[in-house]
Amino acid sequence: MDLSYTEQELAFREDVRDFLAEHLDPQVSQKVRTGRELTKAEMEGWHATLHARGWLAQNWPKSHGGAEWTAVQRFIYEEEAARASAPRIVPFGLSMLAPVLMEFGSKEQQDRWLPRILSGEDWWCQGYSEPGAGSDLASLKTRAVRDGDHYVVNGQKTWTTLGQFANMIFCLVRTDTECKPQEGISFLLIDMDTPGVEVRPIVLLDGTPEVNEVWLTDVRVPVENLVGEENKGWTYAKYLLTHERTNIAGVGFCQAGLDALKRLARTANHNGRPLSENPLFAARIAQVEIELMALATSNLRILAAAGAGRAPGVEASMLKVKGTDIRQAINDLARRAVGPYAMPFASEDVEGSNAPLPDPLNAGAVTKAYLNNRKISIFGGANEVQKNIIAKTALGGRG
Amino acid sequence: MNFDLSDERQMLSDTLRRFLADKYSSTLRNEVLSDPAGLSREIWSQLAELGVIGALFDEAQGGFGGAGGDIAVVFEELGRAGVVEPVLDTAVLAGGIIADLGNADQQALVEQIIAGELHVALAHGEPEARYDLPYVTCRAAEDAEGIRLEGRKAVVVNAEASEYLIVSAREAGGLRDWEGISLFLVPRDTAGLVLQGYALASRGRAAEVVLDGVTLTPEMRLGTAGQGGDALTKAMARSAVAQMAETLGAMHTACEMTQDYLMTRRQFGKPLGSFQALQHRVAEMLIEMEQARSATINALGHLDGPDRDRQISAAKALMGQIGKRIAEESIQMHGGIAMTQEYDLAHFAKRIIMGDHRFGDSDYHLERFIDLSAA
Ligand SMILES: Cc1cc2nc3c(=O)[nH]c(=O)nc-3n(C[C@H](O)[C@H](O)[C@H](O)COP(=O)(O)OP(=O)(O)OC[C@H]3O[C@@H](n4cnc5c(N)ncnc54)[C@H](O)[C@@H]3O)c2cc1C
Repeated sequence: MDLSYTEQELAFREDVRDFLAEHLDPQVSQKVRTGRELTKAEMEGWHATLHARGWLAQNWPKSHGGAEWTAVQRFIYEEEAARASAPRIVPFGLSMLAPVLMEFGSKEQQDRWLPRILSGEDWWCQGYSEPGAGSDLASLKTRAVRDGDHYVVNGQKTWTTLGQFANMIFCLVRTDTECKPQEGISFLLIDMDTPGVEVRPIVLLDGTPEVNEVWLTDVRVPVENLVGEENKGWTYAKYLLTHERTNIAGVGFCQAGLDALKRLARTANHNGRPLSENPLFAARIAQVEIELMALATSNLRILAAAGAGRAPGVEASMLKVKGTDIRQAINDLARRAVGPYAMPFASEDVEGSNAPLPDPLNAGAVTKAYLNNRKISIFGGANEVQKNIIAKTALGGRG
Repeated sequence: MNFDLSDERQMLSDTLRRFLADKYSSTLRNEVLSDPAGLSREIWSQLAELGVIGALFDEAQGGFGGAGGDIAVVFEELGRAGVVEPVLDTAVLAGGIIADLGNADQQALVEQIIAGELHVALAHGEPEARYDLPYVTCRAAEDAEGIRLEGRKAVVVNAEASEYLIVSAREAGGLRDWEGISLFLVPRDTAGLVLQGYALASRGRAAEVVLDGVTLTPEMRLGTAGQGGDALTKAMARSAVAQMAETLGAMHTACEMTQDYLMTRRQFGKPLGSFQALQHRVAEMLIEMEQARSATINALGHLDGPDRDRQISAAKALMGQIGKRIAEESIQMHGGIAMTQEYDLAHFAKRIIMGDHRFGDSDYHLERFIDLSAA
């Protein structure tokens, strides 16, 4: 047991800090800090900057051009990047699709798609959920029927995050209807420029057009875009869901949120003194900070065990639930910290992107963040579903 | 003790519910969102015709109600339907102050308010004030040319659609002194009054108000110089009751929508409502709803009594906590659909959450309850 970082880890932290100081565009980090939406170009720009340094694909093996960082290195990066308000790495290609391709894709598929993820030529989105298939993903209905050397795909995907920027979508589709739902699903890569693909935006409750419906009508997909075997897609999907969980606790996001919350509390006035000196509010902040300190250690502890070859199954579910609880609590306190200034609707869409925020705390986006992050306990396996997993493991076979 | 509604209030409640169910669709609400004034003039005059605004004033003021029970009945219905029109701001808050303090000329405005012809907004909060009522830095100085106002007011709800703003400003006393706060009736087109408007998360609009050399005649003062504190506190108490009733109504709708959704949405081959983990959470929401209703009743029942402020604070502290829980639980149990702007629940959840940011949030009222209980 040793809570201190090694010499190498400390040196690595210095490297990360220097890199961020040198390469992170202050205008972009300002947008991240104040909860503004980034443009596609800004997100791509950050990917390119990381790629140039070899730090984009942090969990990929070196053989595929990855950084092959340890769990601790990834955590250090996450923490420093969040502190510096760096844009988040868009996960769909890098941490969702890539591990599946590396494990189940053909050599041709790996050679074709992986470099394009690194270079940014492709922007992937995730086509799992459907209107009727959320938590019960296996009930998905989008059909793919073989026709010569193509599949013909019909159906509708929904909640597709940043699908408006994507040129590629990885989809779960039904290729067999005569068997158990889980056994008739395949994993298909679809070029969104194919005729019959239509993307319709969905505006979220905070005003952001962050997700989309993706309608698929007679979309012809070459069979070489099938990953692995037909009807084995459920195995790959589950692999994807359980594999990339190193960031599942969102410790870095929590820490950045906590820093921002403390800044707000120091600036906000409460009866003529800073809000941070108000015992009631100070106690509320302390409570989440104490929770977060323990979570950070749980995260490292669990990831270290995973690194040693143990799959973090139930533990990942625990990290997801606790991490999202804490993050939402921080968002909630930030909204409360700004008092009546939580009320303005800080949407670029409505106000025009360069309109000055009305409040002197420059915190008009806290309500937006509070509302938007209600999603984190819903997606990525809703927290109720995570608790079912934990309970099943704990109680399964005993009752 | 009797918890039944009087016949008159029951009738008002029924009429209003029918009217809103009939007229106040989400399509209409969405049109209001893109309206520059943030409200529907047509709905406004219909509400006035139905007597909804008159019910918020007593007979001496030209209305036919005005008690806590009347306020609660009206706002619970407005809340249930997710109404965004600023009835609270024009009638209870600003209108209430004019009715309370106005001289005969100024009282004439109340008639126009009741008739649905006039909007008025209270410009009291300041950028640094948070929820602290006596925190007034705006200055009013009187000389031969009149009274000059200087300063800035924050998040003034419905300022842009209002013909008059009631502006609080300090004529004497130090920061946070009750003594020395005066109230002024300022026509919105007065030179030196600058509004920067914006949309609110819960819909409707508000503005930052800059007072830069606004000059008024002494007739525009409401009540006695430096003595505005009591009227402000009273208007805030009545508005808090209105806000709580509105939140109660909105929570009722959120709970109903959640119950309905859980019985219709199917996953894993069954309605979501068949999962016990969710059943218990619905049960808890309903238990909290009863607490919320009783808290609101406590508050409205003490509106004219000696324990008013402590009771209001107890109720509003609890409402803030319950509101957060019900809004968040409703969203969570709906899943992704509730995250969309188009889906009605999102609107109700935002109304509920934003209700906590008006007239003191739950922490403000918790601390005030402690102070008043110790006093
Ligand atoms: C902002 C956002 C972005 C998203 N991005 C993507 C994306 O890019 N790609 C993609 O494929 N999907 C995406 N999703 C979809 C997301 O994965 C689903 O919303 C999620 O799986 C939940 O499904 P649902 O919304 O249909 O809710 P439902 O499954 O209908 O669940 C509703 C509620 O019931 C609960 N519940 C369900 N089953 C049980 C049970 N057995 N026991 C107890 N409680 C239960 C749930 O936890 C939830 O609280 C996104 C969602 C959101 C909100």
